[in-house]
Amino acid sequence: MRTEIVSLSSLAPGESGTVQGMHGLARNARQRLLEMGLMQGVRIRLVRRAPMGDPLEIHLKGYRLMLRDSEACSIFLERECTI
Amino acid sequence: MTPAMDLDPATRLVALVGNPNSGKTTLFNALTGLHHKVGNYPGVTVEKKEGRVSVDGRLAFTLLDLPGTYSLHAQSPDERVATDILLGRTTHTPPPHLVLCAVDATNLERNLYLVTQVVDRHLPLVVALTMSDLAKDQGVCIDARTLSRHLGCPVVPVVAQKGEGLEALRQAITSVSLTNGHRPPWCATDALHREWESVRDHLHRVSHVPLPLASHEAIELLSSPEALAERTDRHDPALASLLRASVEKLDYLGIDRQSAFVESRYTWIRAVLASAVSSPDHARARLTDRIDRIVTHRVWGFLIFLLVMATMFQSIFSWATIPMEWIGSAFEALSAFVTSMLPPGDLRELIVHGAIAGVAGVVTFLPQIVFLFFFLGLLEDSGYMARAAFIMDKLMSKVGLHGKSFIPLLGSFACAIPGIMATRTIDNPKDRLATILVAPLMSCSARLPVYSLLIGAFIPGTLLLGVFSVQGITLLSLYLFGMVMALLMAWAFKKTFLRGAPPLFIMELPAYRLPSLRTVLYQVWERSLAFLKTAGTIILGVSILLWALTAYPKVSEDAPRSAQLEQSYAGRAGKAIEPLIRPLGFDWKIGIGLISSLLQREAFVSAMATIYNVRGPESTGDGRTVYDAMRDDRDPSTGMPTFSVLTAVSLMIYYVLAMQCLSTVAVVRRETNSWRWPAVQIGYMTALAYGITLLVYQGGSLLGWGG
Repeated sequence: MRTEIVSLSSLAPGESGTVQGMHGLARNARQRLLEMGLMQGVRIRLVRRAPMGDPLEIHLKGYRLMLRDSEACSIFLERECTI
Repeated sequence: MTPAMDLDPATRLVALVGNPNSGKTTLFNALTGLHHKVGNYPGVTVEKKEGRVSVDGRLAFTLLDLPGTYSLHAQSPDERVATDILLGRTTHTPPPHLVLCAVDATNLERNLYLVTQVVDRHLPLVVALTMSDLAKDQGVCIDARTLSRHLGCPVVPVVAQKGEGLEALRQAITSVSLTNGHRPPWCATDALHREWESVRDHLHRVSHVPLPLASHEAIELLSSPEALAERTDRHDPALASLLRASVEKLDYLGIDRQSAFVESRYTWIRAVLASAVSSPDHARARLTDRIDRIVTHRVWGFLIFLLVMATMFQSIFSWATIPMEWIGSAFEALSAFVTSMLPPGDLRELIVHGAIAGVAGVVTFLPQIVFLFFFLGLLEDSGYMARAAFIMDKLMSKVGLHGKSFIPLLGSFACAIPGIMATRTIDNPKDRLATILVAPLMSCSARLPVYSLLIGAFIPGTLLLGVFSVQGITLLSLYLFGMVMALLMAWAFKKTFLRGAPPLFIMELPAYRLPSLRTVLYQVWERSLAFLKTAGTIILGVSILLWALTAYPKVSEDAPRSAQLEQSYAGRAGKAIEPLIRPLGFDWKIGIGLISSLLQREAFVSAMATIYNVRGPESTGDGRTVYDAMRDDRDPSTGMPTFSVLTAVSLMIYYVLAMQCLSTVAVVRRETNSWRWPAVQIGYMTALAYGITLLVYQGGSLLGWGG
């Protein structure tokens, strides 16, 4: 299986990936995301984008979370091939 | 070991904590019934809810509902209150004797994160597994016994809405030992653990911080060393150098201090879940998925959103008018009764026109408040509110706010007071302030009587396309206008003196569920009471004052009330400001209306009724209504009508933008803890109202619409 590292904001709706790290986030944003379970090794799926493109709805640890593109582009994951 | 029951039940304090959307409020209501009181924590503007819980007919303990929080690493004022009380950092609330943790059974992993932090606090703990019926429906099987063994505390599955498991929960709370100490269940990696221990021990021994709190603060300090600057012991050189050395060591080892602590908790949680929970591979709420596909759809989503808003407005504007009329006629009967019982004179006037009229003016709006909070409650409890924030966030981000600000602004359509109170959920102080400042621009229900009087009198009732009445469209335009101005001003504030980093918007989308009628009705009850208290007390005093302004000095006993009004202090003030408001198209009679409604907008209607010597828009005593009287009124010097359609429109625009509400001023003062922000608010709103009304009236006159 071929994999590549991309940012969360570049996933297409329905695609999943495993979190590799976060880079360039403010300390409090990072803290909150970590506490919500967004940490290395966690599998997340981009469920959808809001009608106007932002924010994003993601699925992780059995629940749904919304966050903005501005945070999502600092979260890096290993994209799963969906073929 | 002291059994829990030994402590005096009246002083036995149980703190209820849990994540937002964990079913905490439903659980609180189910446990306490109606026996609770709502207040505020001193110094902060976070709601404090306390209730008494009885077991076997006897008072067993007091339950304190702490604000919902995801973690004890607080990021908003709400979360800080919860954290400070749990950690025993405050003086206004004693540390609880026991903690009841509401844990959403359908979202165990993330909910248990907070539990691990509470366990660190070494307080007796009981875990309530809420929504355990939903978890079962999703095929999630939770072994409460195993979970209880790992957590070292009783774990009770409950279905609060149906009352299942509540008895067992009450028993667990009253029988759990008050002295059972917990050990932190999770374990950090060796290196991290060593540094954490040394910082914790220093805090404990040198700064005399109690051990559980020291454990928590050591984690805070190691994850973000800059937090040291906010501490009282920041000048302790030994602590500073110890912390610096620990941080250097961990950084050298390549350990991410911030994530390492969070990760070790989650690692522990996953191990526990592996042994206590079995769930199917795709344990997720399929129904929520299907609903969301439509509700957040780019076309249907907006349509549904508009439909929801429209239904809410329909309920406020038409359904609520029925009980409003009942209340109105009840008060009319009361004043008729008082009039017949008391001899004519100042006392009767004071009671009928001052006290009763003033109280009636507030109570009449109660049905609208009830309807609004009923709808907001349904939306919140069903999970739709988070979707509304999801849909609207992009729009709000354009003005520098986020989706969470949308909800308080929406609430301000009923009344800015609860709307402003609802801004407490906004973490960022600048965003919160911007939302508070613009909230009164949203047309509240107190403006409705003014709008309906002026629309009823001056806007034709013709239909467009056979369905839409011009009157209805006018009303809608006024609401939209207020909303657009609110967004524009928020944008302006965020660009200037409230400039700051873009706000953090990380919010959960809870699964849809059937709203609990009980929870919704409790909320309606609490809000209505708060509304009557905040508005009622101030307005009773103010309406007596205003009555006095219109009743004195006396002209003569048999002069008509309109003549009396003209000669009164209010009438003189109205004439005095006439030069100032003439450019807006207003004469001194409207001036009286503006002055009498300075503190309460709806007073405009009763002022008009008094000026034109009729009782109210519905009054048909002599067949003449306020509508007729206002339409027929002519300027004695020119013979031109006092009110043209343009005057009415200018007046309505003035009312959209002007502050004119003492209760809001009082609430803003309380919420911002200073007179500065209410002053800024009154200033900008008055300037805006005057400027735009001037522009509209003068522009309209130039275009020849004034006749």
